[in-house]
Amino acid sequence: MLGALVIVFREVLEAGLIVGIVMAATRGVDGRGRWISIGIGTGVVGAAIVAAFAGVISQAFEGSGQELFNASILAVAVVMLMWHNAWMARHGREIAAEMRQIGTAVSEGAKPLTALAVVVGVAVLREGSEVVLFLYGILASGTSGASIALGGLLGIFAGAAFTGLTYFGLLAIPQRYIFSVTSWLIALLAAGMAASAVQFLNNAGFAEVLGNTVWDTSWILSDGSILGKLMHTLIGYTERPTELQLTVYVGTLFAMGLLMRLARYRPEQRVAV
Amino acid sequence: MRRMIALIAPFAIAALVALSPATAQAQDFKLTIKDHKFSPEEIKVPANTRVIITIVNEDASAEEFDSSALKVEKVVAGKSSGTVRIGPLKPGRYPFIGEFHEATAKGVVIAE
Repeated sequence: MLGALVIVFREVLEAGLIVGIVMAATRGVDGRGRWISIGIGTGVVGAAIVAAFAGVISQAFEGSGQELFNASILAVAVVMLMWHNAWMARHGREIAAEMRQIGTAVSEGAKPLTALAVVVGVAVLREGSEVVLFLYGILASGTSGASIALGGLLGIFAGAAFTGLTYFGLLAIPQRYIFSVTSWLIALLAAGMAASAVQFLNNAGFAEVLGNTVWDTSWILSDGSILGKLMHTLIGYTERPTELQLTVYVGTLFAMGLLMRLARYRPEQRVAV
Repeated sequence: MRRMIALIAPFAIAALVALSPATAQAQDFKLTIKDHKFSPEEIKVPANTRVIITIVNEDASAEEFDSSALKVEKVVAGKSSGTVRIGPLKPGRYPFIGEFHEATAKGVVIAE
């Protein structure tokens, strides 16, 4: 049971962290609960569908279907996170101002909310499909299924509890800093996802350039450990990044920063100058 | 507009060349999963070159081929197979596991 709990928790962790950050990033935006729920719900349904067709997916594209699928949905998530951050750079100030007036909800929130619902959806889809496959395998084999299914269920609850912890932890940040903190978190999240996506492409036989490993820090923090997984999601940590991964990581951060700078709207500056 | 295209075109072509599969010289290896165990449990591959590993899962349940050393995380559904490309590897030992059955599913890629 404990084994199943740990495996499921490890899979749920990444999606849980992303949901927590997205919830904190959309604090005060009207209708976010509905959109995030839609994202999670669609992700769970999608995970079951992906798990059901896992055999077909893995055998597609000469056995590299799963890698191409993962790379594609990570790319979608990166684009959505960029869109969100650009939108927030433009409207974050208004939202923060309106949040101070009790009872005022921000109705323009719909745009980044659909983007973030997609991010949540694909995160749940990717991790969830592995959980479904794992639990299904155990149920199918029939050996001590009940206790392991219970472990899996507890693992999902532990992951959900972790989401809450992330969310309330981020809420402890003073309100005037929360938008810049969540924007940074989302930028790092996106950079890490982009670096993962190119590695999936590399495993599928694409993007086979700059393949040398830059460093190996597996002796300090291994990718397989819980902390390693956390840091992987949070800042894109990987114990042996390739030159290509590092390039894409820095490039994504740079593109994100540039986009946010371009999107920023400063009406008071015109008055000052 | 034309200048824009002239500026972008070389990058687009370079990207296409870089992204297109270039696996003609890569060597193929096969790994079978049966009763939640890998066979062979040791694969010797050439160092400093790209290598293709085809994982055949003969079990009814899914397995996740997982190796942070090889930079691979790949779910292979039950009674299914999948292919993954790794390397170039420096000479050394690169352990891998089946994450769903970690107790029995273990192996190592030896690059030399």
